[in-house]
Amino acid sequence: MWQALYTELGPKGFVPIAVAFDSAGNAAAEPWIKAANPTYPCVIDRRHIVAELFDMVNVPNAVWIDEHGKIVRPSEPAGASDAFRKMDHTNFSIPPDALADLQAKRSAYLNAIRDWVANGPASKFALSETEVVRRMHTPSDDHVRAAANFRLGEYLVESGHPKDAQKYFEEAKRLRPESWNYKRQAWALEDPMKAGGPEFWAAVDALGDNKYYPTSDDI
Amino acid sequence: MAIDIIYGENVTKGVDADTKNGVWLSASDFKRVAGFERKPEGFCKGEQCYPVPPARKAEFESGGRYNLAALADLIGQPMVADEAHRVWCFGEASENRKRALTSLDAPDFSLPDLEGRMHSLSEHRGKKILLVSWASW
Repeated sequence: MWQALYTELGPKGFVPIAVAFDSAGNAAAEPWIKAANPTYPCVIDRRHIVAELFDMVNVPNAVWIDEHGKIVRPSEPAGASDAFRKMDHTNFSIPPDALADLQAKRSAYLNAIRDWVANGPASKFALSETEVVRRMHTPSDDHVRAAANFRLGEYLVESGHPKDAQKYFEEAKRLRPESWNYKRQAWALEDPMKAGGPEFWAAVDALGDNKYYPTSDDI
Repeated sequence: MAIDIIYGENVTKGVDADTKNGVWLSASDFKRVAGFERKPEGFCKGEQCYPVPPARKAEFESGGRYNLAALADLIGQPMVADEAHRVWCFGEASENRKRALTSLDAPDFSLPDLEGRMHSLSEHRGKKILLVSWASW
């Protein structure tokens, strides 16, 4: 998905780094990476460490980091839209108005990146330090406790005890109910279809007017 | 008893531990697993020292062993254990995560690609980076 943008903006000093939050590792991520055939770094994050470090609660979530290693946009949905909620669950089709919204959100995000690459700190999309801090959700004790539970669960999965891992995933979900990563990863490890199945859609519907992909003020 | 300890980024397998009322390790294992040494100032890692509350000394040291669980509690690190599989997991304290994030310096990390080659964020210093998540699910 980011390859075209990398081809366009790479020569101007831009690089996407794609991180797969896939506790099942290469087996899960490989088909997608091979299909995308990226020339930018695509890494596999079984422990969801990047989610913990940068406070990402969903995919795709993105952080902008400038040339000096400073965060200029904290974690937010990367051009994704709640319009996917209008998808037909049986045939996976999306109505035209929802498709248009998805496209518009995506374009706006890509254009914001272009503006940042062209203008650097002068870009209105490169946020001030106070604004970055204001937008951040700083970790609570529950957050780090959730991460420790998830880490233990993932270790048990890697050690060949996936069933015993589930209770730690449940605790991670309980402590961080806003994390779709924990929910969907745990479901996917139980059964690959579960992450996009009836339980998922019920959880999405339960959001009501709350956003699955919260919108930012400026993109 | 031999246990596996997940401590931050590191995993140490088969550590000899007394797990009654804490996680009691030898001084050398304490350093090996968690990077902390007992000094007069307290438990120290590099420049950082955590003084042992004098009234609670017995919770932290006994019989030549040091209690990693007590230190974790003092620092505010979460600890989760699976006793059946003998795995103890120590996470990062929320204060440390918060301080790191609000400094706005992007924390470095190192992760493998499909071929197992490691990539770190710091390798790309000097470029504008879009760090973006995705998943097969």
